[in-house]
Amino acid sequence: MQSQYDKPVPHIDEESRPYWAALKREKLILKRCLACSRHHFYPRILCPHCHSCELKWSEASGLGTIYSFTIARRGAGPAFSADAPYAVAIVELDEGVRMMTNIVIENVDILAIGQRVGVIFEHVTEDVTLPKFKLIGS
Amino acid sequence: MLEPMTPLQVQALAAHSALHDAGIEMQDVDGLLVANTWGIPGAGQVPTITMAEYFGITPRFVDGTSIGGAAFEAHVGHAALALEAGRCEVALITYGSTQKSERSRSLAGRPASLTMQYETPWGMPTPIGGYALSAMRHMHEFGTTSEQLAEVAVSARKWASLNPDAMMRGPLSVEDVLSSRMISDPLHQLDACLVTDGGGAIVMTTADHARALGKTPVFVRGCGEANTHLTVSSMPDMARLTSAQIAGQQAFERAGVTHSAIDVVEVYDSFTITVLMTLEALGFCQAGEGGAFVSSSRTAPGGAFPMNTNGGGLSYAHPGMYGIFLLVEAVRQLRGECGPRQVKDAVNALVHGTGGTLSSGATCILSLK
Ligand SMILES: [Zn+2]
Repeated sequence: MQSQYDKPVPHIDEESRPYWAALKREKLILKRCLACSRHHFYPRILCPHCHSCELKWSEASGLGTIYSFTIARRGAGPAFSADAPYAVAIVELDEGVRMMTNIVIENVDILAIGQRVGVIFEHVTEDVTLPKFKLIGS
Repeated sequence: MLEPMTPLQVQALAAHSALHDAGIEMQDVDGLLVANTWGIPGAGQVPTITMAEYFGITPRFVDGTSIGGAAFEAHVGHAALALEAGRCEVALITYGSTQKSERSRSLAGRPASLTMQYETPWGMPTPIGGYALSAMRHMHEFGTTSEQLAEVAVSARKWASLNPDAMMRGPLSVEDVLSSRMISDPLHQLDACLVTDGGGAIVMTTADHARALGKTPVFVRGCGEANTHLTVSSMPDMARLTSAQIAGQQAFERAGVTHSAIDVVEVYDSFTITVLMTLEALGFCQAGEGGAFVSSSRTAPGGAFPMNTNGGGLSYAHPGMYGIFLLVEAVRQLRGECGPRQVKDAVNALVHGTGGTLSSGATCILSLK
């Protein structure tokens, strides 16, 4: 764990607590709808596809594909400046949901849409573990 | 150069000028529509109340619809409904910002609470990163190039060179855009709108009242709007602007006109990619053909498709939420007030605002008829 983490951290609330708690245990969990069987992200109390409230948490495979990405050539605020250039991506998980994340990679210039990625867990504070991704062999 | 002002002063001067232009007194304003970024937390949390008090009026219809830069196009639609329903007789829409003077624009994004807890921690430069993610996807699906995106900025600059009020009027080439600093791949500094101060105001009333005032009236023929997402990961399709598809279709249907009847187009150019995706979504070209469509200076002065004729957010001004200036420029074009940048015989104009991170869209079709 980093001793001092000055980037913005999620304000964990009643709805998101199970999600962030699972990440701390190195598990990526998603809400899945019992009525329409679809997953969604970010976790909600109702299904954004069919609007049922019959939902349960399920563990994700942690595998996905880069749907799009950008390279931040300067940081989003001072806390990120030292990291630039870094990759911000929208990853489409194999469960069919998209989430924003960082792709952790030495050379950001080899990234491409469609590359396969797998989750890694970065413990940044006592309460917060960020689900980042790295390239994996196809 | 004007003295430094507060956003309230900016709005008062813009409102004063617009009402004078219309030939209407402030005391006759009974509808007030305001969207803002100033005064939050504080007086800006209730912008219509704050502005009504500041102006010294007691409106009986107010609308503080806040959907980012598209708010003002939405306000026009809402004011039209209120006027038709007799809920007010004169509607005033205002916007003012001093973000440049305050140095308040930052790349850091929104506080990481509620839905933003899933986005802000990743350090996406805001707002450019969200547009960059769409641009990257657009390039991937359709082969759109950085040169094609740059054409949008170059054409905007050519219009700005004809507008004495534009901020950036010097020559600009595709090479200049491509060699400007990369901010968030694939978008460069010159793919991005300006950061300026500014403000604007629109006065709307019933058609009969407008005709009686003696100034050339511009009629609202049709409006449409849609919102799709705030978190970038929830955008339905990052290569397609769903909000503009829905808004544009509604506006065309209600106006009862076709694309070929539109003489001048004013669309929100927060970033060059915004324009390509908007033109595709509004149906001026097919999905993926925006890059080819804007090539060869088609949208520049003298081109077949006059667009963003004041120089746009890219070269004219961009005080936080630009949407009100699209409306102001469309009205000026239809009234023939634009001097060297005047589009000849313009009768019908399409205005489309985009807000948030390609989140919201609102279209207005305006006409002399
Ligand atoms: Zn469902």
